Amino acid sequence: MMRFLAGAAAFALAALPLRAEDMVTDFRLENGMQVVVVEDHRAPVVMHMVWYRAGAADETPGVSGVAHFLEHLLFKGTETMEPGEFSATVAANGGRDNAFTSYDYTAYYQRVAADRLELMMKMESDRMVNLQLDEEDILTEREVIIEERNQRTENNPASLMREQLDAAQYLNHRYGVPIIGWRHEMENLSLDDALAYYRQFYAPNNAILVVAGDVEPDAVLDLAKTYYGVLPPNPALGARARPEEPPQTAARRMVFEDPRVAQPYVRRSYLAPERDSGDQKTAAALTILAEILGGGTTSYFAEKLQFDTQLAVYTGAWYGGTSLDDTTFDLVVVPSEGVSLEEAEAAMDGALADFMKAGVDKDQLSRIKMQLRASQIYARDDVESLANRYGRALTSGLTIADVQAWPDVLQAVTEEDILAAADMVFERKNSVTGWLRAPVSAEEVTQ
Amino acid sequence: MMRIILSFVLLLAALPLRAGVDVREVTTPGGINAWLVEEPSIPFVALELRFKGGASLDAPDKRGATNLMMALLEEGAGDLDARAFARAAESLAASFSYRASDDAVSISARFLTENRDAAVDLLRLSLVEPTFPDKAVERVRGQVLSGLRGDEKDPNAIAGRAFKAMAFGDHPYGSPLDGTVESVAALTREDIITAHSAALAKDRIYVSAVGDITEEELGALLDRLLGDLPDTGAPMPGPAELGLKGGVEIVEFDTPQSVAHFGQAGIERDDDDFFAAYVMNVILGGGGFESRLMEEVREKRGLTYGVYSYLVPKDHAALYLGSVASANDRIAEAISVIRAEWERMADEGVTQDELDKAKALLTGAYPLRFDGNGAIARIMVGMQMDDLPIDYIATRNDKVNAVTLEDVNRVARELLDPEGLQFVVVGKPEGL
Repeated sequence: MMRFLAGAAAFALAALPLRAEDMVTDFRLENGMQVVVVEDHRAPVVMHMVWYRAGAADETPGVSGVAHFLEHLLFKGTETMEPGEFSATVAANGGRDNAFTSYDYTAYYQRVAADRLELMMKMESDRMVNLQLDEEDILTEREVIIEERNQRTENNPASLMREQLDAAQYLNHRYGVPIIGWRHEMENLSLDDALAYYRQFYAPNNAILVVAGDVEPDAVLDLAKTYYGVLPPNPALGARARPEEPPQTAARRMVFEDPRVAQPYVRRSYLAPERDSGDQKTAAALTILAEILGGGTTSYFAEKLQFDTQLAVYTGAWYGGTSLDDTTFDLVVVPSEGVSLEEAEAAMDGALADFMKAGVDKDQLSRIKMQLRASQIYARDDVESLANRYGRALTSGLTIADVQAWPDVLQAVTEEDILAAADMVFERKNSVTGWLRAPVSAEEVTQ
Repeated sequence: MMRIILSFVLLLAALPLRAGVDVREVTTPGGINAWLVEEPSIPFVALELRFKGGASLDAPDKRGATNLMMALLEEGAGDLDARAFARAAESLAASFSYRASDDAVSISARFLTENRDAAVDLLRLSLVEPTFPDKAVERVRGQVLSGLRGDEKDPNAIAGRAFKAMAFGDHPYGSPLDGTVESVAALTREDIITAHSAALAKDRIYVSAVGDITEEELGALLDRLLGDLPDTGAPMPGPAELGLKGGVEIVEFDTPQSVAHFGQAGIERDDDDFFAAYVMNVILGGGGFESRLMEEVREKRGLTYGVYSYLVPKDHAALYLGSVASANDRIAEAISVIRAEWERMADEGVTQDELDKAKALLTGAYPLRFDGNGAIARIMVGMQMDDLPIDYIATRNDKVNAVTLEDVNRVARELLDPEGLQFVVVGKPEGL
């Protein structure tokens, strides 16, 4: 079943005895809530997750950070649960719980013994509709998220630079606003702001239940009907249309200076198309392109900038294809000591130009595809990452069929696809180039 | 509704789940011991190797040698250079990772059943026949130095370094295992070769494997993989004297949020009171959202995003550590709350209710750790290094449940030392 393009990959996978997709069953409840079950019966443990199709990019202008703020507030209490009782109950049952917020989704999860699943559903369905907040909750928790911003962003010049870079990358879309929020807007987030977001987006017809572990799909469906199936959908939900990017017509550049920068680097992002439902071919080519250019020791950038020359101590390329709207393709070059940022950027552009001329190394492509095939086997050892894969995809405009087709779409990518995708994405007008460094004057003083 | 209320009660009273992991001890024909869990349902194996000693084997003026050596194992071996080695691993879809820590060096490997022999041959090359080519040494040294320069301006790294130095002075524990810019710049290829023969030897090896492999296959695999390593390595370093005096040490650094590391003497892993101390720490600062520190510092006062404490029983010293980060104008309050909680725990101990909840969390959460072949392999190798019996997984929750209120409160009194609790604060703290 496996075709091999070249001799370098000497070992073929004999057969895939069971694909990760075969562990997955899905349903939809009458109120519109989607249910995904990933079976793994090796240990009596379950991961229970609820994903909302709502994240920071769904916020209204002026209240940046409210999606994440609300995520914190969901641990405060409901009409029948005291503040903190949710996590305390999970802990009393030997489980762990937490939540996370991104641009396109907010997700809540508990990892717990499989026989406690019903209790998790009871509590999670409760806080989907019965959240109870007061002013005091708001004030203390707002201090917590500001300290979280201090920790993640204010104390980290690379994060501060990334914020500026994203803001310059997106002219109109909310992906240009940090998930945690701009500090001045976070400081004024109110109870009403949080509740408005909650009432708009927290409803079964905007949610996906993902249950992974030692469970039977039919039993999960029965429980889901009992606890989530009885909740009323929000008829006012509406389509998820967000401001779109206009044509970007000017390459942007920035220099971000901070005395706390010890290792300067150059980073460039290009606006890039995301995976679209039923049309994932370009995204697949970009995924493999990132691997070819920046996927470690054998990548093209490493070869040119770390081995053939010693201009860089580190190089990388990333593409995050799972996204509701236009995403980015990112490059980074961390110069060796004595190499300037100007030289590093020139070397990066030189390597890119060389790659476009030289084309794709067939052996490298077949090695990447071999690893992608093997990742289907390794994925079965990690149901949590499978659960996350479905949650992220389904909140990013993709379907279960798209998720399951993705490995084959990746395998079908050709050299021509990759070069066409590279030609399309490396458009300087769509890019932001950032230099991160210590203030030049400060550098001179220390030298 | 009645059914739900009943199930609440029943669930809370239910016996904690046990981790059903069938661990067997394997001794290879060549005399290497390993723990194995056969799990044939997915056609791959996770293999975990640890060599006791680790970066603490660094000679005094060669700090960072073991760390650099481990980073170089896959950068040239046998007749393969760095890129040829990486290409071979990619072709096999095998992954190897090499790490140095204070008390061990670790190798984690993952390979498919169908490529097992070729993957093991490749891994063997990196462990037994690394070549440490000059070009690779320079390239990887450059990466390590870049990281070290970054650490000099990272508040967390600065706090960690300052704390280590105060706690352990000249012992290897007193400095970061990746060395300093000066020590790493001065390392020679000879130093790397010496570090290799010091750290990777058969007299200090611990092995576990989980996945699609039988006892016989594992025995032959390990003899081939490890049989050519030297029999003995370098002697272990002596015990580390703890030099903490208590109080607050400030390292000025211009950043908006102060980072504090704190700690005092801890308790050895094989101490009879270890479990009592472990349960006590869950209640004080180790239990995530449910701990007293989180409740007092974050939930009630909003002073931080996270505050944690943890027991760190190392091979040559035992520590009890913690960390917190708060804005410069709030860190003083966070520290005073932490001190007060340290005192309250020492003076008043815990309640029966707190103890019961901590036990429920610990015993219930234990089986959750066994989630995947690699995780199980890491747990098993850690058990061997801690000298735990092979049936430990089945008895561990009994040990937690056997801890009494009197045990916890006595250990809290004996162990916690509010006066000796040392804080290192990096930032521009106000009011300290």
